[in-house]
Amino acid sequence: MRLTSRKQYEEFRVRATRRLEGMRCRVLVCTGSGCLAGGAREVAEAVEEGLRERGLLDGRQGVEGKRTGCHGLCEAGPLVSIEPEGILYTRVTPDDVPEILDRTVLGGEVVERLAYEDPRSKNRVVHYRDIPFYKYQTRIATRNVGRVDPHDLEDAIAHGAYAGAVKALFEMTPEQVIDEVARSGLRGRGGAGFHTGRKWAACRRAPGDVKYVICNGDEGDPGAFKDRAIMEGDPHSVLEGMIIGAYAVGAREGFIYVRDEYPPGVLTSLHAALEAAREAGILGRGIFGTGMEFDIRITRGGGAYVCGESSALMRSIEGKVGEPRAKYIHGTERGLYDRPTVLNNVETWAHVGAILTRGGEWFAGMGTPKSKGTKAFSLSGKVRNAGLIELPMGTPLRHILHDIGGGIRGDRPFKAVQTGGPSGGVIPEALLDLPVDYEQLTEHGSMMGSGGMIVMDDRTCMVDVARYFVRFLNEESCGKCVPCREGLLQMLHLLDGLCEGRGRPGDLDRIERLARGMKWGSLCDLGRSAPNPVLSTLRHFREEYEAHLRDGACPAGVCRALTQYEIVPERCDGCHECVEVCPTAAIAGKPKQRHVIDQEKCIACGECFNVCPVDAIRYGPKARPATASAGATT
Amino acid sequence: MPTVTIDGRRVTVREGAYVLEAARLAGARIPALCHHEAVEPIGACRLCVVDIWKPGWDADSFRLVASCLYPVEEGLVVHTATPRVMETRRVALDLLLARCPETPLVRDLAREYGIEETTYRKRENPDDCILCGLCTRICDKVGPAAISTQSRGVLREVAPPFFEAPPDCIGCGACAEVCPTGHIKVTEDGFTRTIWGKTFEMLRCPSCGRAYLTRAQAEWMAGRGMPVEPLCDSCKRRRTAEVAASLGRPR
Repeated sequence: MRLTSRKQYEEFRVRATRRLEGMRCRVLVCTGSGCLAGGAREVAEAVEEGLRERGLLDGRQGVEGKRTGCHGLCEAGPLVSIEPEGILYTRVTPDDVPEILDRTVLGGEVVERLAYEDPRSKNRVVHYRDIPFYKYQTRIATRNVGRVDPHDLEDAIAHGAYAGAVKALFEMTPEQVIDEVARSGLRGRGGAGFHTGRKWAACRRAPGDVKYVICNGDEGDPGAFKDRAIMEGDPHSVLEGMIIGAYAVGAREGFIYVRDEYPPGVLTSLHAALEAAREAGILGRGIFGTGMEFDIRITRGGGAYVCGESSALMRSIEGKVGEPRAKYIHGTERGLYDRPTVLNNVETWAHVGAILTRGGEWFAGMGTPKSKGTKAFSLSGKVRNAGLIELPMGTPLRHILHDIGGGIRGDRPFKAVQTGGPSGGVIPEALLDLPVDYEQLTEHGSMMGSGGMIVMDDRTCMVDVARYFVRFLNEESCGKCVPCREGLLQMLHLLDGLCEGRGRPGDLDRIERLARGMKWGSLCDLGRSAPNPVLSTLRHFREEYEAHLRDGACPAGVCRALTQYEIVPERCDGCHECVEVCPTAAIAGKPKQRHVIDQEKCIACGECFNVCPVDAIRYGPKARPATASAGATT
Repeated sequence: MPTVTIDGRRVTVREGAYVLEAARLAGARIPALCHHEAVEPIGACRLCVVDIWKPGWDADSFRLVASCLYPVEEGLVVHTATPRVMETRRVALDLLLARCPETPLVRDLAREYGIEETTYRKRENPDDCILCGLCTRICDKVGPAAISTQSRGVLREVAPPFFEAPPDCIGCGACAEVCPTGHIKVTEDGFTRTIWGKTFEMLRCPSCGRAYLTRAQAEWMAGRGMPVEPLCDSCKRRRTAEVAASLGRPR
């Protein structure tokens, strides 16, 4: 099947849509990475086999089983949804499948026990539209993720894929396309938030007949997975965006740079989509029968976080060492192979097709004055509904956390949410009503970054959080410039000192001064933003730093060198649960008898505290041996 | 040719120059450890930072940039010693001093900026390498790119492939020549030169008899159609001077 004219595309789309609408029942099994890890492959196989056994796959029953990308609610996976009713089944095992097929697909009734359980009311909620996690979302970049089979071009086109590209190619000049994107107010979803329309316009203006477009799929922030979900679950939205971008700036070649650590599903999806698009005449020579020539190649990263930085990424594609270089001359003028290049994030590209289809005005109608449209977030950490979400810009954090996220796991007190990964920072309880957009996050010392949101409860030490990110960056800095390479090492030494009770008076000043020097002096944004996790935790939780430094105490009971766990004898009922989880067998005591922690063996991991049902474990500063100077002064 | 203002002084520089060159023409003292005229700048040491302002920007809007690779343009205003510039240099030097606490070049420069001892934890078993990358860049440009930086972050180091005697090295010694701290060691005994763990046979100058070129380099150059000078540098200089003198002598 080749779509060599607009008419052919439209006819194909109408046929595909009719076919889809004629379906009586579609069983969609989420095979995103989260659900796969929970056994979704076996569930999908059981569904396919069960449908076949029941004779439902002969094409006349209006029934089909599909493997899709991420449905979003990873926490409750493996997920299976039933369309068109919009029923969601959670924690599905292969053993549940016959019941689903018999009762729901054939019998038209709901299997209550598999429906989503509201964590607060404990009620079963059957339909997507009633589940708070889905109810409040607006999905644009992720519009088809979890709804289409990424290996089925027809399915994608039935869901609207390439409508924006066709409109751009047949109805608009490249300048009009750029104007439309500019009108939408779309800004880079990879972190920096540069105006996409402006970037494209600069590249179109730049002299040269060879230009490139690049998709940055090197999503490497700890706790971020939205780009993975898009590439895996709806690769055609990325290809469509890139075709439109290539048309707008005049590029004949594009690259998708994919993080090496990603599961094979990402590459399989992308390769399948590229092949299907080439076969259909959507990529290659004469796209949709027009004179446009454009194709896309996939480049795999080599496992370096810094290659998510645009100039390092371009060097990496060129086959050189992936190191950033100064961007005093923009990539839109001298980028890949020194040619004018547009580089956008996966999510940015995924937005473009929808913007062209529905218009810039529509997109700009959502969000805040300077941050338009919607943003995808990877919600993780101590939140009940961890998963992939997409919301209008300006949604208050409290709404994200409590209504969509379902609150804190185990009903522990909320402490902070980390946004923006290693370049970002933390937002404390007091700022929970903050509307999330580029400006607000930056103003409060954090960053939008690539949309990671790690929720933290009271059992999180902020000094330890800062140390975690600094350690991460210390291993990932390319080492080219002095402030980043040497600065991160020294920052890590300083934070190690605090966490291990070796802090010296004046350390907080040393940390702040070093952070400033790194911010001002570093060559690229990795180094310039590297102090953010430290500065933002210091800004919002300074007393916690001071407790480490002054009292040698970790208020959250996390820093092992500073923390001692004890069992309160009068509370302990000898349930033995702590003994079971203690990794070093440091807790002595028989069931039904009071337990005691052997401080010699205890590594202060806090597992006993986490499981104790009667709050009989307490922690506090470690008793420190009396200093030698006490006797020496006399 | 663009005219720029450096610390209030106007200078006109060649098209395509970087700010560092313009600043030095204007007499500004800017430290730079990874800069060398022979190779392209990379902006690694960050000591050459300056504050710049461009026509069209808000009056109080300055940007901190590495002067070694910021291209000059008409009307650019440069401040080479603002408090922010000085503080950035001090932190970078303090960090370099922790990396190379015994290296004279680093010590002297740090002292110039008021740092006697580093604030930070000194590296254990330090060497003199400041990772300026001059050696790898010069080898890339005038030689066979026999050495490169390896690993990343603090583990980064300059080394031949697989940390073995570099198969491509021609023993020209350009890397040691540009090394600002003397970290790259070359030993010669009159007959051989040893560098990067590889020993080379030396050719002698037919005029003065001094060993001046490795055979490997001569062959490498000849293989690329480059003229191989039969004389050592000082003899060549003397010969040229003699010719010049004979031409200029009044008869």
